Amino acid sequence: MKLVTRLAGAALGLLVGLGLAQPANAQSTQPIRIGSTLALTGPLSATALIHKLVGEIYVEQLNAKGGLLGRKVEWIVKDDQSKPDVARTIYEQLITVDKVDLLLGPYATGNIVAAMGVAQRYNKILVHHTLGIPNLAKYDMQFPAWSVGANPETTVPNTVFDALAATGKPMKTIAVVTSKFPSVFYMSEGARAVAKQRGFQEVLFLEWEFGNRDYGPIASRVKDAKPDFVWVGAIGLEGNMLAEAMKKIDYTPPMQFHMYPAPGPMAKSPDTQNALAASIFEQHAPFTSNAVAAEFVKIYNDRAAKANLPDTAVETQAAASYSAWQVLTAAVNATKGLDDKAMSDWLKKNQVDTIQGKLRFDRQNNFGDDLMKVKQVQNGQWVTVWPKDWAAPGAKLIVP
Amino acid sequence: MMPSPTLLGQAVLSGIFIGALYGLLGLGLSLSWGMLRQINLAHFALAFLGAYLTYQLTSVGGLDPLLTLFIVAPAFFLFGVGMHALLARFAITPFNSLLVTFGLTVIIESLIQGIWTADYRRMETHYGTMKYKLGAFYIPFTEFLTLVMAALLSIGTWAILRHTDLGKAMRAAAEDGPIAAAFGVNERRLALMLSGFSAGCAGVAGVCLALSYTLAPAQIYAWIGVVFAAVMIGGLGNPLGPLIAGAVIGISEALTMAVIAPAWAPLVSFSLLILVLLVRGKRT
Repeated sequence: MKLVTRLAGAALGLLVGLGLAQPANAQSTQPIRIGSTLALTGPLSATALIHKLVGEIYVEQLNAKGGLLGRKVEWIVKDDQSKPDVARTIYEQLITVDKVDLLLGPYATGNIVAAMGVAQRYNKILVHHTLGIPNLAKYDMQFPAWSVGANPETTVPNTVFDALAATGKPMKTIAVVTSKFPSVFYMSEGARAVAKQRGFQEVLFLEWEFGNRDYGPIASRVKDAKPDFVWVGAIGLEGNMLAEAMKKIDYTPPMQFHMYPAPGPMAKSPDTQNALAASIFEQHAPFTSNAVAAEFVKIYNDRAAKANLPDTAVETQAAASYSAWQVLTAAVNATKGLDDKAMSDWLKKNQVDTIQGKLRFDRQNNFGDDLMKVKQVQNGQWVTVWPKDWAAPGAKLIVP
Repeated sequence: MMPSPTLLGQAVLSGIFIGALYGLLGLGLSLSWGMLRQINLAHFALAFLGAYLTYQLTSVGGLDPLLTLFIVAPAFFLFGVGMHALLARFAITPFNSLLVTFGLTVIIESLIQGIWTADYRRMETHYGTMKYKLGAFYIPFTEFLTLVMAALLSIGTWAILRHTDLGKAMRAAAEDGPIAAAFGVNERRLALMLSGFSAGCAGVAGVCLALSYTLAPAQIYAWIGVVFAAVMIGGLGNPLGPLIAGAVIGISEALTMAVIAPAWAPLVSFSLLILVLLVRGKRT
């Protein structure tokens, strides 16, 4: 009887053991699922395409090297239609229905803030790549991979004005013309304040609604104001449309800076030669001296061409996107797990090596340093011109 | 500070040119709404499809963009005929036509995005840099061309509707189909022709869009509000209406931008629309 009891106990133990072991085993072989949305349709879709391509490349690279924690990685990306309310709903769905292990941020400030609210409700870590207004990032477990610093509205204009001052051709008057798109307007307001502090005389300030179609009258007003320097707070095609409108009345400002231009069209346009913009990465040395960056640039160029994208170069958007993936995977690898709190704590105490440089998250709202540089369109290409140690080989800021 | 005469003059010109584009985009919409009782939201998607086809034929096919008119406009005429045949076959009501054509807009947008991606496309041609100087004012060729196209199509359509038997038959069919049919008017054939013509106008507007603007699929929706305002202010089915109303809106917007602030400009078209509707309401 004892033997029977022992055998039964052993069998039960084995069954229970197997039963318990089975799900654990199955779990360890199942892929780690990372969920996010992107603006695959709608007004932000042109730029979001870049983030989709980068995510696909990164996940392929990651899986080729064995994945994360020995498990394959699966990226679930859904279309938020460029709408924050849709992004909010889908992030809720990713967490509660798809039951993803990790989240990655969507594209653009409005959608990131929407996703952040959901992440906060479920205590999920959120690494994001394109938040333009750091003041809005109040959640303790959000981490920006776009190194704009905690106060880009001050630091970015200062970097631009430093670059101009270093040319030895001082500029005295400024026109600030800006879209009312929130992240752009925020930077332009900052630029006005910084310009005033630095002794610029503001000869014109104009704002237009996002989606404006006619830039002719704005161009005429800029021409009339005769500024030495034009700060164009524009996003996407707005900057190109304004530059085209200025060219049509035979006017090109002595110098112009564009906040968030559509990089491809602006580099190729004959109307925007020598235009300036901010950047965290361009595909030239010294950025590409980093082996990971060099490999990524090569793959991205190839894949973007195959995806029929008219502009195949890696610049700020693609680099910020790649960095976000690097930050997330660094946190997973360092903590050897998927615990959101542990990853968050680790990121706050450590720096992460990314293709745009070392990122830290220990300052206001988890932002770190402002690593923005100044780039310029030269011969149909963007080249970094400031600071000097990040300038493309042989390149310097051209002031007509 | 008082704006300079040059600034004001250039702003008026700019308003006339953008108004011409509103008018060109509104012409086909006004005709199909006023005479066929179809509120064709897909008109905007068709215009952008025309713009992308122009881009493709020019940038890849090597055609002169103006020659693409002879391909795009007839192709769109056929599309318009087919679309109307389908809508008529299922007896789509005016309200339902709004929903059906919105669906068609989404399909065309997806088609554009599938073929050309959501990334920006810019057609670079020598026309883009051509401009004329008239005293202190500049007249860009592409925008002047849009004005000429809009004026020719609007005045030509008005003249046909007003002074030819075909036009009179079309107006009669639009006014009262059964009575017109009793007088021998082939209402169905005329409706197909009118729908084809409206779609052809969208094709012409597409060529003009490609000549002046960088393209992205989502921009389809950027024009809907203001062009609807132009069509309603101009009067449904009135071929001259959208052009005149478009010019009024364009000039008002441009002067608002030049004298007050660009951010105020979007208020203009809808304020005008409300004003016109109030005045019209009192008259009836």
